[in-house]
Amino acid sequence: MKHIAIGILGAATIGLMAASASASTLADVKAKGFIQCGVSTGLAGFSAPDDKGEWKGLDVDFCRAVAAAVFGDGTKVKFTPLSAKERFTALQSGEIDILSRNTTWTINRDTALGLNFAGVTYYDGQGFMINAKKLPGVNSALQLSGAAVCVQAGTTTELNLADYFKSNKMEYNPVVFEKLEEVNAAYDSGRCDVYTTDQSGLYGIRLTLSAPDDHVVLPEIISKEPLGPAVRQGDDQWFHIVRWTYYALVQAEELGITQANVDEMKNSPNPEIKRVLGTEADTKIGTDLGLTNDWVVNIVKATGNYGEIFERNVGSGSPLKIARGLNALWTKGGLQYAMPIR
Amino acid sequence: MASQDILDGDRASRGSFINDPKVRGIFFQVLVVVLLVAGIWWIVDNVIDNLRRSNIASGFSFLRSRAGFDISESPIAYTSDSTYGRAILVGFLNTLIVAASGIVTASIIGFIVGIGRLSRNWLIRKICTVYIELFRNIPPLLVIFFWYFGVLSVLPGSRDSIHLPLGSFLNNRGFYFPRAVWGEGSWLILLALAIGIALAWFVARRARQRQMATGQPFPVFWTSVALIVGLPVLAFVLNGFPLSFDVPKQSTFNLTGGFQLKPEFLSLYLALSFYTAAFIAEIVRAGIIGVSKGQTEASEALGLRPRQVLRLVVVPQAMRIIIPPLTSQYLNLTKNSSLAIAIGYPDLVATGGTVLNQTGQAIEIVVIWMVIYLAISLVTSVLMNWFNAKMALVER
Repeated sequence: MKHIAIGILGAATIGLMAASASASTLADVKAKGFIQCGVSTGLAGFSAPDDKGEWKGLDVDFCRAVAAAVFGDGTKVKFTPLSAKERFTALQSGEIDILSRNTTWTINRDTALGLNFAGVTYYDGQGFMINAKKLPGVNSALQLSGAAVCVQAGTTTELNLADYFKSNKMEYNPVVFEKLEEVNAAYDSGRCDVYTTDQSGLYGIRLTLSAPDDHVVLPEIISKEPLGPAVRQGDDQWFHIVRWTYYALVQAEELGITQANVDEMKNSPNPEIKRVLGTEADTKIGTDLGLTNDWVVNIVKATGNYGEIFERNVGSGSPLKIARGLNALWTKGGLQYAMPIR
Repeated sequence: MASQDILDGDRASRGSFINDPKVRGIFFQVLVVVLLVAGIWWIVDNVIDNLRRSNIASGFSFLRSRAGFDISESPIAYTSDSTYGRAILVGFLNTLIVAASGIVTASIIGFIVGIGRLSRNWLIRKICTVYIELFRNIPPLLVIFFWYFGVLSVLPGSRDSIHLPLGSFLNNRGFYFPRAVWGEGSWLILLALAIGIALAWFVARRARQRQMATGQPFPVFWTSVALIVGLPVLAFVLNGFPLSFDVPKQSTFNLTGGFQLKPEFLSLYLALSFYTAAFIAEIVRAGIIGVSKGQTEASEALGLRPRQVLRLVVVPQAMRIIIPPLTSQYLNLTKNSSLAIAIGYPDLVATGGTVLNQTGQAIEIVVIWMVIYLAISLVTSVLMNWFNAKMALVER
């Protein structure tokens, strides 16, 4: 029996592990000519294909920004749609180079799963959505005792849900699905009374329901959900590239560098802008990172700064119309803060 | 003996054991074993090495940690405070429940349809043929979707439930029916049932002995029914009807109380039953046709009635042909139950998948899945082989 078990163990993992042996992700990425980016199977505003089949969203744009930093070309990225269950294995096994899939940063994922989170591209919190037409009296999550709740399997959402109902001494009936589309369909057909996920997700999902105006998002936020991109542990160079791409996006917004004015800004006399855009004499910031010195120029040309990405995908320029809130710059009362690029 | 002599002579004449088939045979067997062991060792070593290198925690100790998530259907006590190990146990039990109930229902439908296909009635025969061809040629996943999205999810919501007789309700949250609440002294009814079954078995034995000895038949069936049903009913009445019902009632969100079969379970159970029944029907038909016509004619010549021909002569012989392929169908049904994940029924694969995602212990969970499915299948096989041996013709 022991031998059989060991054999199965080996067979199950040989394919899984074969790819992760290589040392430098940057070298691998440069050799194959594109970045493989893990995204969701379709969450409006974060990562979803548009009507032309092109991936759009905040998480998608982040991968394009990394591609621009590495190749000077934001299109050199391929997307792998992943379910919540598949995402970590895909990153661990080397199938993808970055996981940019509305994934919550937790200590367990950072330590036990062999991942490193590079930053928080979206500060979120978990909320509830109900059909106000069918449940006219409900205006608080504390009235939800006895409800059937639709939730996606294997998420932090599922855990927060259990904690919230337990701590408020309420009962509920979980209706759990593997894929986001299945949860959406079940909620839309009335299989459950309540839909719970990150609040940004609820706004996106509401747009896809058959009668969006019937549904309301309840005011309670029951958890902290810092969403951000993750990479494999053990490759500091790649980790730094991804982390500093995020900081560069935020720093560019802070300095007022936009997609439209980036070429102009290269002539700016401001020493901080010169340092960030790599126009300072004998600068080594970009090359020390393993990239070229105009890496930030490439990033901003490809995707715009963090604020532009936000407004285009989830903010005022999108159907979701989410306010900046916690995701405003630190100078404007939010949490988005870039470490100094110098 | 002659060939042995030639071989011996051969070896003697060449004087080398390189060409000896026996030595060669041993050599190649040893070679295969060495290669196999080396291969397994290489794979395991590679896995351990890679896990260490990518800083992924491994081992089965995570099974003792708090799970933190809830499961919608559980036959045993389970809360979010239970362990991951218990969550997987719940999934395992849910798999067993849906597989066992599916096997029973599929067998019943399968036998009815299989015999129906051989009916002399044109309409019954054709209906059975259409049923078999329809369900046999559709992938089981689509049959599950048909029940889930096509039948159960288009039912009205809980406020407009369809009222069924006996206080049961049907809506898009499932099938609700009253739950029996047994009062004091109910154990007497169980006792009466046990006594009834024991007496019935005893009567059947005596009747067979008497028929063997004297040739006089005894109405065993009706006596047994009277004993098994009558005794508990008598105990029930004498005890002063110790039974009440918990009837489902409408609350804010759902019907509460009573017993609920959720649509996830229902659609999986119905789909597996109807799908596998189509295959079982064909196996039953093949088994019955496989009994030679001479057997039927001979028993008719002995003066047996058609029903007796079927029960005493045809079916026992058909079972010999039916049971081995039936085992395969039971195994298929059990393994197909893992499609539950598509509609959110918390079976072994679904709960294991959640645990996998919460802990990231992919390899350990995959090993648990494989070992459990292997164990279920092997146990089913052993039981069916034992049944087969019991049913085999005793050759004298």
